[in-house]
Amino acid sequence: MIKKTIFYFILIVSAIVFTYPFLWMFLASISPDKAIGNLVLLPSQVTLDNYRQMIAKIPIWRALLNSVIVSGLITTGVLVFGSMIGYALARLEFKGRNLIFYLIIFTMTIPFQITLIPQYILMVKLNWTDTYYALIVPYLINALGIIMFRQYFLSLPQSLIDAARIDGCGELRIIFRIIWPNSVPVILTVAILTFMTSWNEVLWPLIVIRKESLMTLPQLVTLFVVGGRAESQLGVKLASSVFLATPIVIAYAFFQKYFINSMVSTGQKE
Amino acid sequence: MRKGKLTPYLLVSPYIVHFLVFVVFPVAFSILLTFFKWDIISEMKFSGFANYRRLFADRLFWKALVNTLYFLSIHIPLELVVSLFLAEILNQKLKFQGLFRALFFLPVIVSGVAVTILWQQLYGYNAGLLNKFLMYIGLGKVGWLIDTKMAMPSIAIMATWKNVGLYIILFLVGLQTVPKQYYEAAELEGASHWQKFFKITLPLINPTIIMVVILSTIGGFSLFIEPYIMTGGGPLNSTLSALLYIYKQGFFYYHMGYASALGIFFALLIMAVVIIQRKYIEKRT
Repeated sequence: MIKKTIFYFILIVSAIVFTYPFLWMFLASISPDKAIGNLVLLPSQVTLDNYRQMIAKIPIWRALLNSVIVSGLITTGVLVFGSMIGYALARLEFKGRNLIFYLIIFTMTIPFQITLIPQYILMVKLNWTDTYYALIVPYLINALGIIMFRQYFLSLPQSLIDAARIDGCGELRIIFRIIWPNSVPVILTVAILTFMTSWNEVLWPLIVIRKESLMTLPQLVTLFVVGGRAESQLGVKLASSVFLATPIVIAYAFFQKYFINSMVSTGQKE
Repeated sequence: MRKGKLTPYLLVSPYIVHFLVFVVFPVAFSILLTFFKWDIISEMKFSGFANYRRLFADRLFWKALVNTLYFLSIHIPLELVVSLFLAEILNQKLKFQGLFRALFFLPVIVSGVAVTILWQQLYGYNAGLLNKFLMYIGLGKVGWLIDTKMAMPSIAIMATWKNVGLYIILFLVGLQTVPKQYYEAAELEGASHWQKFFKITLPLINPTIIMVVILSTIGGFSLFIEPYIMTGGGPLNSTLSALLYIYKQGFFYYHMGYASALGIFFALLIMAVVIIQRKYIEKRT
């Protein structure tokens, strides 16, 4: 009994350690700057001033739209291409299939530190810097996504595919009309993983985008905080940070299980 | 079926194109670039091994390497202890297990930018919450981000806080694979909780431990946005990370050749370390 109480105590203290800072950040973002220093739990005064100033200072709505477009298109691409390639690897026989499978595994082990500089040069030579192309095209294919689709498709019954073939379905129809409705868990897992990763990506946008109207949310917030335009206004900085974190936290509240599964699968690839 | 001979190739062709353009070309071009001096705008100038010679003589390069190793030497032990400890408690068949898991996982999904901005405030010297707390319980202030000895450990603590939720889940998965009979047999022999943990649990979840170590090693070499926002690599380059240095050389000074050499060096180092860590698993299991 005592043991259990101690366990619960440890768990509750840990839960506070992992979540309270976020609560503090939110409360600080709705407090006047003067009050943030003394803020512990309840704000003495509530104001939306920090958010008003943030909207006036930086094109945050535009950045939100950019992030939605970029992450949305990347996710669509990864799902469409990933399931096509994963299907071919799992369900079709052709020469070179194993070779391609091992290539995909191999590319996952290449650290991105080696491709960062030449990929930037490629963007410069294609005239893609300061365009959506640079933010989207390199991410449309994702090795881990392909592997996850392949793995899942291997477990589907062959009769499903045979029946569709007898009805005269082409392979694309089979993938998107027959396989997809039977693969909702893997689609959700890959979609969430891809969307979250591209939503939070900041290094690549910092490299290829200089034009403010094309910046994604994390990039705009980073440059706002680092570049001195937030001056020393703590509340405005924290407001922009809350604005950046909120969409993913809301999504997490609904799809918690899939978030955890998708992150676990990235862990296990190693 | 016959007419469909080409279909598989059509289906995988996007991968082939992507592989050639975004993997083969960059890797090959990166190797080539290390033998040139180039700022993207002017002509490429062949410079032989100059970039490699420069690398070994560059104090900042060594600093970035040592900083990264310093980061890992704090981050890895800390997160192993914290995540194993909490996973072990969560594995005790308690109520609300799912809720606690979900709460511990929250920092994992939140953008690193948001987490860094938040912790920059928590670490503030005068007004930061952490120092206020230390003062409140009667201890002195800590120069979290302004002391050259503390800045990297501070970033390592933050990174641990952000990632530990994921490692807790990975360990939970690992712990659940340990057969219950082992514990029952040990209990019959009168083994204590600690003995069971060190003699049964630890050896059996060794693969998970190595997996976590590999993931955080890769993470350590990819440390970028945290020092970029919090310290800019300072004070006195004490938080200059490997990736931040590549970034500075490449996109601040436009030393494309030299930045490529740095990229290749760190990439090879990561691969070597990961291979050694993998070999270690095979030997132990």
